[in-house]
Amino acid sequence: MTLTFTPASSPGTEGVLTDAEVRRIRNDFPILDTRVNGRPLVYLDSGATSQNPLSVMEAEQEFYEQRNAAVHRGSHSLAVEATDAYEEARAAVARFIGASSNELVWTSNATEAINLLAYSMSNASLGRGGTAAQRFALAPGDRIVVTEMEHHANLIPWQELAARTGAELRFIPVDDDGALRLDEAEALLTPSTRVLAFTHASNVLGTINPVSELVRLAREVGALTVLDACQSVPHLPVDVKALDVDFLVFSGHKMLGPTGIGALYGRAGLLDAMPPFLTGGSMITTVSMERAEYLPSPNRFEAGTQRISQAIALGAAANYLTETGMPRIEAWEASLGARLVDGLSRIEGIRVLGPAAGAGRIGLAAFDVDGVHAHDVGQFLDDRGIAARVGHHCAQPLHRRLGLVATTRASTYLYNTTDEVDFFLEAVSGVRSFFGATS
Amino acid sequence: MTNSLEQLYQQIILDHARARHGAGLQEHRGEGVVGESHQLNPVCGDEITLRAVVRNGGVHSVSWEGAGCAISMASASVLTDLSVGLPRDEVIELVDNFRDVMRSRGRLEADEEVLGDAAAFSGVSRYPARVKCAMLAWVALEESLLAANH
Ligand SMILES: Cc1ncc(COP(=O)(O)O)c(C=O)c1O
Repeated sequence: MTLTFTPASSPGTEGVLTDAEVRRIRNDFPILDTRVNGRPLVYLDSGATSQNPLSVMEAEQEFYEQRNAAVHRGSHSLAVEATDAYEEARAAVARFIGASSNELVWTSNATEAINLLAYSMSNASLGRGGTAAQRFALAPGDRIVVTEMEHHANLIPWQELAARTGAELRFIPVDDDGALRLDEAEALLTPSTRVLAFTHASNVLGTINPVSELVRLAREVGALTVLDACQSVPHLPVDVKALDVDFLVFSGHKMLGPTGIGALYGRAGLLDAMPPFLTGGSMITTVSMERAEYLPSPNRFEAGTQRISQAIALGAAANYLTETGMPRIEAWEASLGARLVDGLSRIEGIRVLGPAAGAGRIGLAAFDVDGVHAHDVGQFLDDRGIAARVGHHCAQPLHRRLGLVATTRASTYLYNTTDEVDFFLEAVSGVRSFFGATS
Repeated sequence: MTNSLEQLYQQIILDHARARHGAGLQEHRGEGVVGESHQLNPVCGDEITLRAVVRNGGVHSVSWEGAGCAISMASASVLTDLSVGLPRDEVIELVDNFRDVMRSRGRLEADEEVLGDAAAFSGVSRYPARVKCAMLAWVALEESLLAANH
């Protein structure tokens, strides 16, 4: 089999990433020189978690070597320095998504951010937070709407919230190609709809959902909008004000940062009206034996000693991405994504999920290999040093809808080269014959 | 492709993955006690429902229905061939033996005298992420036999 491609970007054009430049970028990521199974590592699993550049690891180490102290507690010099570094990181990450610092709450990851929202709404439903919090309260007759393509992280917290409050959970279905049925969205978003939670970019399909269209529909019925930006914030320029959503969540480890840190963005004014989720130290003003008053956002939602070094490292990651240029990263990954889909679609017995070749997608592709289980595909790839994800990618309902149990996913980032994509495609083209699935 | 991949996916395994002996759940009528078990690997969604009939202390029949990778399907097929006709207690010992090999991280070589074709799965023990695939049917049979004891 031969694979031919037309380059999606003309190398050398100013402002556009090239393979030569990507090779330089790779020097910042020591892990990319690792060998696995005697082969150079080809890391195509950034959709699950990304690798960290030296500057991020150094930021964390430097903090422990020179500034480590509890933040927002105590007034000794080290504590002041630590607090400054911590808040500078918040400002950097907030700036990265076009938010202001008091609109950005640190969480462990996107999953915790969504749970924070759901539990805060749960508390509002119990009357906590008084009248200001009533717009977050749910009751029987109310509706929460999600989509059929959600990651479990943006589904199960809403299932649980619905179960706790008596609200009903509905979803916008996808069609056979995995595209959202916008025609059905309108009917689903009734005036009883209080929340619309959906993903910006699908971690399985690679599609970028029409945010403005969905936000408009939600606005018309007065529903709050929650955007899962796990697969967009790391890969495309994201401006929360332009997207005009009420809440947005993402994880640091998917955007060159460490694990253990993520964020919840909430539109100014909204967070301050919400009852807290976790409670304890550092989130209060005055405390008596009977009750407590709470700080405004973001501290209101950051109870207990925080993930300080991780936040600082995530600030360094956001700066690294900004310096490299998010529009350039987006364009590079779009070309890798197109190359993936184009190449995969030419291999017999491969069904690529999501938009067809030529349509827009982020730099990932999940696919089914006729006659070969995804686990076996992954093993075959691993043998060649290729790290790809196999399974349901935390989206069981979507897989079921598409008639599949498990798929293989290759996901790229700014450090992947076209050579790596080609090496991957070459490997995939040998899978079916190895397993005797060609006849 | 490397040697280790071929050691993992020995021809015997690839053949059984296609042949799937015992596939298709059989209704049982007549003598004997029926035990059934459903096993799921939540990591990849591999699934098996296995039914065993015990008659006079021996495994009279095994049938199953499942979906999964080559390792899990071949393992169910090999296990069906291996266990039918053996005394129930001997099969439970076989399962223990196989489990020990699988969990050994490559340190234990399977005894072909004891495990027959199942010895071909030895290579799986070097891939901790795949051990569960190989074990799925064996755990299902073990549970079925325990259930058939009551
Ligand atoms: C679209 C999407 N949403 C949510 C998550 C959950 O992220 P985390 O596990 O970091 O909380 C992920 C990643 O696994 C994702 O891809």
